[in-house]
Amino acid sequence: MPNVLNILLIPLLPFVNFLLLGLFGKTYLKKSAPIIGTVLMLASAFLAFQTAYEYFFVYGKVGEVYQQLMPLKLTWLVFAPGMQIDMGLMIDPISVMMLIVVTFISLMVHLYSLGYMKGDGRIATYYSFLGLFTFSMLGLVLATNIFQMYIFWELVGVSSFLLIGYYYDKPSAVAACKKAFIVTRFADFGFLIGILTFAYCGGSFDIPTLISALTSPDSNELKTAIGYSFVGVSAISWGAILIFIGGAGKSAMFPLHIWLPDAMEGPTPVSALIHAATMVVAGVYLVARLFPIFSIAAPAVLEIVGWVGVISAVIAAIIACTQTDIKRVLAYSTMSQIGFMMFALGVAKYGGEAGLGFTASLFHLFTHAIFKALLFLGAGAVIHYVHSNEMKDMGGLRKNMPITHTCFLIACLAIAGVPPFAGFFSKEEILLAAFHHNRVIYYIALFTSGLTAFYMFRLYFSIFWNREHSAHDSAHQDHARHGEGGWVMMLPLVLLAIGSAVAGFVPFGHFISSDNQILELPFHLLFSIAPVLIGITGITIALIMYKTSNDLPAKWSAQLNGMYQLAYHKFYIDELYLLLTKKVIFNLIGNASAWIDQHIVNAMINAAGTITQQFSEAIKKLQSGKVQQYGIYFFTSVIIIVVVLIYVWN
Amino acid sequence: MNLLLLLGIPLLTGLLVLLVSTKVQVRWVSFVGATAQLIASFLLFFAFRTEIADQNTAQFLFEVDYTLIESFNIHFHLGVDGISVAMILLTSFVVVAGILVSWNIEKMTKEFYFLLILLSLGAYGFFLSLDLFVLFFFLEMAVIPKYLLIGIWGSGKKDYSANKLALMLMGGSALILVGMLGLYFIGGHEFNIVHLSKLTISTDYQHLIFPFLFLGFGVFTALFPFHTWVPDGHSSAPTAGSMFLAGISMKLGGYGCLRVAIYLLPEGAKEYAHIIIVLSSIAILYGAFVTMMQKDLKYMNAYSSISHVGFSLLAMAMLTQTAITGALMQMISHGLMTALFFAVIGMIYDRTHTRMVDEMGGLMKTMPFITTVFFLVGFCSLGLPGLSGFVAEMTVFVGSWQVDDWFHRAATIAAIMSIVVTAVYILRAIGSTAMGPIKNPSFATLKDATWNEKLAAVILLIGIIGIGIAPSWLSNLLKPAAEIITNRIMGK
Repeated sequence: MPNVLNILLIPLLPFVNFLLLGLFGKTYLKKSAPIIGTVLMLASAFLAFQTAYEYFFVYGKVGEVYQQLMPLKLTWLVFAPGMQIDMGLMIDPISVMMLIVVTFISLMVHLYSLGYMKGDGRIATYYSFLGLFTFSMLGLVLATNIFQMYIFWELVGVSSFLLIGYYYDKPSAVAACKKAFIVTRFADFGFLIGILTFAYCGGSFDIPTLISALTSPDSNELKTAIGYSFVGVSAISWGAILIFIGGAGKSAMFPLHIWLPDAMEGPTPVSALIHAATMVVAGVYLVARLFPIFSIAAPAVLEIVGWVGVISAVIAAIIACTQTDIKRVLAYSTMSQIGFMMFALGVAKYGGEAGLGFTASLFHLFTHAIFKALLFLGAGAVIHYVHSNEMKDMGGLRKNMPITHTCFLIACLAIAGVPPFAGFFSKEEILLAAFHHNRVIYYIALFTSGLTAFYMFRLYFSIFWNREHSAHDSAHQDHARHGEGGWVMMLPLVLLAIGSAVAGFVPFGHFISSDNQILELPFHLLFSIAPVLIGITGITIALIMYKTSNDLPAKWSAQLNGMYQLAYHKFYIDELYLLLTKKVIFNLIGNASAWIDQHIVNAMINAAGTITQQFSEAIKKLQSGKVQQYGIYFFTSVIIIVVVLIYVWN
Repeated sequence: MNLLLLLGIPLLTGLLVLLVSTKVQVRWVSFVGATAQLIASFLLFFAFRTEIADQNTAQFLFEVDYTLIESFNIHFHLGVDGISVAMILLTSFVVVAGILVSWNIEKMTKEFYFLLILLSLGAYGFFLSLDLFVLFFFLEMAVIPKYLLIGIWGSGKKDYSANKLALMLMGGSALILVGMLGLYFIGGHEFNIVHLSKLTISTDYQHLIFPFLFLGFGVFTALFPFHTWVPDGHSSAPTAGSMFLAGISMKLGGYGCLRVAIYLLPEGAKEYAHIIIVLSSIAILYGAFVTMMQKDLKYMNAYSSISHVGFSLLAMAMLTQTAITGALMQMISHGLMTALFFAVIGMIYDRTHTRMVDEMGGLMKTMPFITTVFFLVGFCSLGLPGLSGFVAEMTVFVGSWQVDDWFHRAATIAAIMSIVVTAVYILRAIGSTAMGPIKNPSFATLKDATWNEKLAAVILLIGIIGIGIAPSWLSNLLKPAAEIITNRIMGK
């Protein structure tokens, strides 16, 4: 049986880190903060691996099915009978897999930051925020209750905000962190209404209860939920769409992706942890967590998930081909890869062989986390070395940074889908699932994987080959001393590189499938020829264009002028948003409301005051204090009353 | 527990403040008195919980009843249920914090503190009273000091603001008085809330009386479109004045709406619920949009208060138990949060001498404590889990979502939409004050919070985080009382 205390400690240790360093980091623990953070994270990761081992190999399986266990469930807040928020621990294959991913990547980032953030004055704050993030992400993963998930969902959002805005005196960082928070908040608005709709249909916030209420064919809840409709769409589909909007916001799916590239303003290790490996895949995890509902009760929404995923994948890949800031290239590549995971879910069905897309999606989540974290940490090492994010400041770095170079190459091969590296296997399964369920998505995805190979190797050649770095070499003499950043930065790179090389050999279907039964992942040699060939073509083009410094890139981009500009400016989506928020929301709604408040509502109240004042001003002349005048008033009144009494009364 | 203690402590503190001579003594007497009251409130809370645990099912506990004016049947009748206990706790938190942040008031210190304590006495009395006449008496007691606080210690266009506030609140009081007398005469010369709640009042008469009472109390709690005293009043008031105004006074109105208008006149509530929902949805969204356009921090928080208080009015009008519990939680949460917000704004203003958002920047560098509190209270305002705003808003949303027709759904969605706008204005405020480069070189040498400011912030933060992390104690305190109200609405 699961050891509750061990599992509980996995999220709690990072939380202790947050509290300890948050409260005392500035004053008492300034020197030891990074070490404390890393040690606590190491313990948490150790417990996570232990839990995973025990779950998958000791107690998790009963017969051939992995059990969904809830070793702990505490009532946190009761709204009404049945409607309550529980805080609990959910142990099932996908949550355990996520535990490994989150704690491992987080540990790598903690370790790497020891070198990368050395000498930063607020390093204790940095580590405490990392702790807060890891705690929240683990709480999200372990949630048993959809509201618990929402709570931690918001908390990862705020930790992301704090870390993007870590360099708070940089205006661009401030703008980026606000943007990230507000865009995802907008998506959470959908998520929250989706939760309320689901709970209204299923009568609970508890995830297993919800799933069983909304998926068993003879349940009354499902019948009512499908029967009850608004503009022709059933309540359950509305709920699923709205929840997916929440997921799409956090996972930077088109058109809610605009925050992710800007989020690169945060320190690079943070980008690796939050904006590449863990938080941004929360949307995928959310859909996977509620997958039976999507698949059985709202299949049309799953279709939408698929299309949104593939469109995001291809758009991001096109944009990535034109960007020159290496972190932004990686950001768009993240968006593209999450698109792959999303559409893989979209082409899956609940149960058995049809669930291939589900397994493939989470398999890709798993491998992507490793190689993308590696790419970011590698990019961090490069940025650390050249003090710039721009490709034009780099080139020929392979001799200066041999370890980084090798690791980065492995990661690029993995993401490009070159066998036998990790990405090859997971992408292969995704493409296979798409091939069987939706050919259009398959062809777009195939094209996208060609683009992926191209832009990744464009990045690789531009950093490590291209022009030889003679002029700058002397300037970099000083850096040569600290070289690649010491073992604390290189160890995570090497470990992740090993992961990127071998993670594909994990028999993933044995652990994770849509119905928690063992799924043998199919592998067809013939089928993999197309994607591999396309990948190699992409790499070859990149090789010709960027390995040595030549005028091909300039020539080709000039030839594709319109398309190139469009992609370079990210299809002008940011400008569109800016127009919408600045012109419509601020000027039209905000200003109008403020104007109405001042000039109509407030004016009415002021008018009431003014009228009263002027009225009394007008009648105050009656009180003149002259007896004669009062006499006249008196006698006139008496005469009027008498006349009225005599003539009108009778 | 004897409820007279809760009135005795502030009364005694007030008298002592008048008797002592130096400023230092005034401050310490007030502080000790407020702290004693905070402790007494906690004692009340624990005594209340003990009684509930001992299966005491009476609607009001610890009742005290003295005849005041026999011929008019006016009684000095006190008693508490979960709602009053929660409100008293809120008040005592805000009072201690308010006294601490006013530590450096040099102008007429004695009078200032005396008025603060008088105001708090009014609030305590209001929440304790079960007799409408006494309740009204304490309500007025809480209004007058506000006029003086703004008029004497205020800033900006203080005369205008003080007049506007006092007149609008007096207008509200007049409406309340009419409604109250309506109840008095229909009930056969009865001011007793318990007796009035047992009475069957004809539906037509309820329809007639309800608007007076609800509007009257509504003015106190910034019901749209009678909210315009809030921005001006808050921005002109001294820091503690704003804290008391938003943290305590606006809650008097919300409490009155629920305890007097809705509870005593359930048919009236049902009749006008739609109008209240429309008005409060407007207040929520419109308040949020207006907030977004403000450049002065105090105006910003005042308008955001209108938006946040809208949540409680909206939830009350949903008339379900969960929603009403949510309304009350929102009142408590907003009281703590907005008091802290004004406290922080005051601290920033004392140092930078500006409240304009675009004149600040980079304050985090010089005042880490103040800006951290600013971040936390901002996060509370935008509903971050772990802080009180989240649980209150979620209870409101879940409760409102239970009413399943399109009108209520649309109103709820409008209310939920405001969380996005809230995020926009909060992040704008935080982003351009605390973050960014230091714009004004003279800000580079500013000092962080002093001990009294830190203590005030910590006290309020304890409340905010305490509710945010463990909300059930508050929810369980309020729920039985909310149930009695909804049962009456359902006609049980």
